[in-house]
Amino acid sequence: MAALDTPEPSTLRHAFGNVLSLFILLLIGVLAFSIRLFSVIKYESVIHEFDPYFNYRVTQFLTKNGIYDFWNWFDDRTWYPLGRVIGGTVFPGLTLTAGTLWRILNTLNIPLSVETVCVFTAPIFSAFASWATYLLTKEVKGVGAGLTAAALLAMVPSYISRSVAGSYDNEAVAIFALIFTFYLYIKALNTGSLFYATLNAIAYFYMVCSWGGYTFIINLIPMHVLLCIVTGRYSSRLYIAYAPLVVLGTLLASLVPVVGFNAVMTSEHFASFLVFIIIHVVALVYYIKGILSPQMFKVAVTLVVSIGLIVCGAVLAVLIALVASSPTKGWSGRSLSLLDPTYASKYIPIIASVSEHQPPTWPSYFMDINVLAFLVPAGIIACFLPLSDASSFAVLYIATSVYFSGVMVRLMLVLAPAACIMSGIALSEAFGVFTRSIKFQLPGVSQNSPVNVGDTGNVIQNDVVKTEKSEDSLKERPSRKNKKKEKDKTERASVVRQIEKRLLVLPLEASVIAIFLLVLLGAFYVVHCVWAAAEAYSAPSIVLTSRSHDGLHVFDDFREAYGWLRHNTEVDDKVASWWDYGYQTTAMANRTVIVDNNTWNNTHIATVGTAMSSPEKAAWEIFNSLDVKYVLVVFGGLVGYPSDDINKFLWMVRIGGGVFPHIKEPDYLRDGQYRIDSQATPTMLNCLMYKLSYYRFVETDGKGFDRVRNTEIGKKYFKLTHFEEVFTTHHWMVRIFKLKPPKNRIRGKTKKAKSKTSSKRSGTPKKNPWH
Amino acid sequence: MGRSTPSKDAQALFHSLHSAYAATPTNLKIIDLYILFAVFTAVIQVVYMAIVGSFPFNSFLSGVLSCVGTAVLAVCLRIQVNKENKEFKDLPPERAFADFVLCNLVLHLVIMNFLG
Repeated sequence: MAALDTPEPSTLRHAFGNVLSLFILLLIGVLAFSIRLFSVIKYESVIHEFDPYFNYRVTQFLTKNGIYDFWNWFDDRTWYPLGRVIGGTVFPGLTLTAGTLWRILNTLNIPLSVETVCVFTAPIFSAFASWATYLLTKEVKGVGAGLTAAALLAMVPSYISRSVAGSYDNEAVAIFALIFTFYLYIKALNTGSLFYATLNAIAYFYMVCSWGGYTFIINLIPMHVLLCIVTGRYSSRLYIAYAPLVVLGTLLASLVPVVGFNAVMTSEHFASFLVFIIIHVVALVYYIKGILSPQMFKVAVTLVVSIGLIVCGAVLAVLIALVASSPTKGWSGRSLSLLDPTYASKYIPIIASVSEHQPPTWPSYFMDINVLAFLVPAGIIACFLPLSDASSFAVLYIATSVYFSGVMVRLMLVLAPAACIMSGIALSEAFGVFTRSIKFQLPGVSQNSPVNVGDTGNVIQNDVVKTEKSEDSLKERPSRKNKKKEKDKTERASVVRQIEKRLLVLPLEASVIAIFLLVLLGAFYVVHCVWAAAEAYSAPSIVLTSRSHDGLHVFDDFREAYGWLRHNTEVDDKVASWWDYGYQTTAMANRTVIVDNNTWNNTHIATVGTAMSSPEKAAWEIFNSLDVKYVLVVFGGLVGYPSDDINKFLWMVRIGGGVFPHIKEPDYLRDGQYRIDSQATPTMLNCLMYKLSYYRFVETDGKGFDRVRNTEIGKKYFKLTHFEEVFTTHHWMVRIFKLKPPKNRIRGKTKKAKSKTSSKRSGTPKKNPWH
Repeated sequence: MGRSTPSKDAQALFHSLHSAYAATPTNLKIIDLYILFAVFTAVIQVVYMAIVGSFPFNSFLSGVLSCVGTAVLAVCLRIQVNKENKEFKDLPPERAFADFVLCNLVLHLVIMNFLG
């Protein structure tokens, strides 16, 4: 964390500082890359979890068939029989990035497989992200803070959790895009250069390509613009940074198929248009103020205000009427659940059922951002000391992201960069103050005034008022820079004296101890991050390990099961499972699935949920109507794998019951308690999920003891009539059942059963659409 | 009641506005004309949309936004080349114009994707 190289008075030392910070940045990049390789070293180079498998499959398609086929790709191997238009419903940024990377490497005759490129995309981009953080923080508070923030971001656990090698998900590139877009906005704001504004729009385009979280940018930047206007900090630089971004950004965003005309139609984007109008009004007002005498301006204000209010009222009325006319007020479900945290649990169980959409717990803040949580307030204070446009943006960023992270645990990822920037500022300011007071009080140095001038140069640069800062950043050529430096130095000399008096009140011992404590804090952070990267976040979740007294156990059941499916079933067979395993089944087993993690059709998922929570016969009928050949369930009862289907079962009941009302949640609960032992309700003990999970389970230990729920199961000996077990993995984690073909001569029986089910169903308004 | 005073004030205001604007250099006036033209074109399109409907929405969107974008970029150029803006005295007008051309290029490359 060598963040204390300060700009030196002489050109030579200045150049030395530049080289040093470049070298540090390089090391930070290496650190960011290598800390994410624990998963490759401890396990192997595989794609992790669920969504990455889909992205991997899309990338494979892209590299095999080219970009045009990719845009038109209709995938018939998922959401059977509906299919899914992949090209128009996927954020293409990540796929295109990895595809391009692979193509470049191949043209350079470096024959890497697509999978390898996918695995290492996330670590590479986290190195980029830490460099982007350096740039952003440098614009806010100078080089020292930038380097510290970059080093913090390189190993913040929250970001590591989403970007370890193999975690090939949208967030991997999106965080880089997010920070880089913010950097370019601040840069455009500080310099007032149209060039950076254009780059900003292009970076925003990349962000829109990569992640749905781009709405955060298009709402945060208008908020900041509004804040600047309200607090009287409007400048023409603000106009140049914002107005082209809205026009270009909106146009570019509508180019991405998955966003399309939503970029101008939904409420998420309206804030930016409103502020766009406001900034034009404000710009006009400032312009007229500039060319008129103050007295005439007063007259103009009274005249314009009376007319302007009427016009604004009319426009607002039209806007509100437009927004109110749409049923969800123009907001998409996920955005609404952000604004109203209880929205999802009330109306959309499918969003609420995803664990990463739950609100986080307090320990998860400490786990994910660790000591940064304590440094953030100090950073906010440091931002206020000389409040500039850039630092007010940083404050706004942390304030909003703290709120969002409180709503959804996965948005902790947006908070992490903000926390790193703030902590970087805090740490570097603190180091600056302490080292300066030590240096000033050391004998021999205190008399040496040039050293002090050079040393405080950093602070001067931070403390300069806004206008001076913009001038600083405008200096592009070194020759001009030198000239200005000479001029500035004389101006600064007087300021330096004052600042020294103000800052150097800390006694020597106190500052030495404080530095020691800060280093200790940093060391604690590093230790925690390395532990989190190595132990907590590097598990690929398709391969599990457990450590017991007799050594390391590896559970590779998922790949065993998918491998079995791949080699022992027909290519066109349909496999039904809960939606969590849809992406993996299509990617690893190459078999058609009914539902997958995309969750775009709630009814379809509810159909599968209903089948899982129905008795065997009814379930067989539903599955048969969907052409399903195999049913896959995940069962952790033997080895104690907690996130298995029995634990997710209540969500299946809830989602199924939301569409098909004959499935009622209380039927599966005994006195409001979810249990699978002998006290369980008969509906529970007879539903398909229970039967498939616990079929022949009693044969393992003679008692049927479930190690996840820590009970003996309720119903131990039973037979399956409509399903047959075809494969169970080594640790029983995945069990695959085959639907038995209908019997030849059971006419009387089917008639009875049919009349029974139809009478049962007749009361329900919504029927299984696949009948 | 005070009808005469506001109208007199307004007259004086317009007069002073006119005299103040007359002092602007010619190159800025040309840019102003350009901005006015772009805004006027955008307004015509919006009126057309209000009367006829926005059916080929991509055409409408790109048409209006290209006009608005052109106007916005020209305003940016005007801000940067205006000698009275102290913030941009370091920025040579050639550089400002180059940025303007680049930004326009990007804008209209995007607009081209919406044609048809």
